[in-house]
Amino acid sequence: MKGIKFILTGILFGIVMSKSEAISWFRIQEMFRFQSFHMYGIIGTAVVLGVIITYLIKKYKLRDYQGNPIVFAPKEKSVSRYLFGGIIFGLGWALAGACPGPLFVNLGHGYWAFLLVIFGAVAGTFTYGLIKEKLPH
Amino acid sequence: MLEFLSQPWPWYVSGIVIALVMVLLLFFGKSFGFSSNLRVICAACGAGKYASLFDFDWRAQTWNLLFLVGAIIGGFISSEFLSDGEAVRISQATIQDLRQLGIAAPKGLQPEEIFTLESVLSVRGFLILLLGGFMIGFGSRYAGGCTSGHAISGLSNLQLPSLIAVVGFFIGGLITTWLLLPLIF
Repeated sequence: MKGIKFILTGILFGIVMSKSEAISWFRIQEMFRFQSFHMYGIIGTAVVLGVIITYLIKKYKLRDYQGNPIVFAPKEKSVSRYLFGGIIFGLGWALAGACPGPLFVNLGHGYWAFLLVIFGAVAGTFTYGLIKEKLPH
Repeated sequence: MLEFLSQPWPWYVSGIVIALVMVLLLFFGKSFGFSSNLRVICAACGAGKYASLFDFDWRAQTWNLLFLVGAIIGGFISSEFLSDGEAVRISQATIQDLRQLGIAAPKGLQPEEIFTLESVLSVRGFLILLLGGFMIGFGSRYAGGCTSGHAISGLSNLQLPSLIAVVGFFIGGLITTWLLLPLIF
């Protein structure tokens, strides 16, 4: 079972998103109203640690468990796709109160209404694929 | 120990564990980005016939779908075994703001005004969830990533595009919070 480690990592992700309450619509509202440090603390801690770890992986050319070099693909240079795409994502994030990971974590909590949000998200991704060429990137 | 785990985790513990998730995936030779799963689901459903974006070997991304399955199980474990059953402890200021919109103080993780079956079956609730999801899916693929891919992985790699995307996330979120929600509720 080579895949079990991904399931276990996913379980860890599901638990931390739950226990940090980052899957809650209320917490996302609190964040966008700047009324608590909570969400900023979570993201900030993860990013500060992430920056240090990414730097160390590059500096010491660390390898993955199979001995392959860990590579970081740079994002392609652009402003419009990140800004426009980001704004559209943000509009949905604050409306549904969850980003893609928490949509699924919420299913585990029995909030079945998120099935509709997930359906919308798949439909949105599909629609982007259809009209991609017509959008500024 | 279980009692400690059952309380909400402080932000610094949560941040550390999220960074750990990112490191584990890197160590497994993958990268942390959840919204890619939405593209994989489209491809697995045969969307490759309609758009080149979905015409790829999605089976190579099975690991990310397994991660998704794990995320659902993690939610279930938290809800069944690691929950003290108390409402989300958001700030009093947020509770008051939301009350003005007609959204009651938290009784659980999610507001009943949006996520109950009754709401799903109402026009307003149905559209909030469907359109919210649509913009999440459309926007994350347009921007090339979501909170995990840009805000965590991308910023950790000091990528300017990810910073632009995160600024976009916040512009969109602030527009919904301050302009759209008062119109909707």
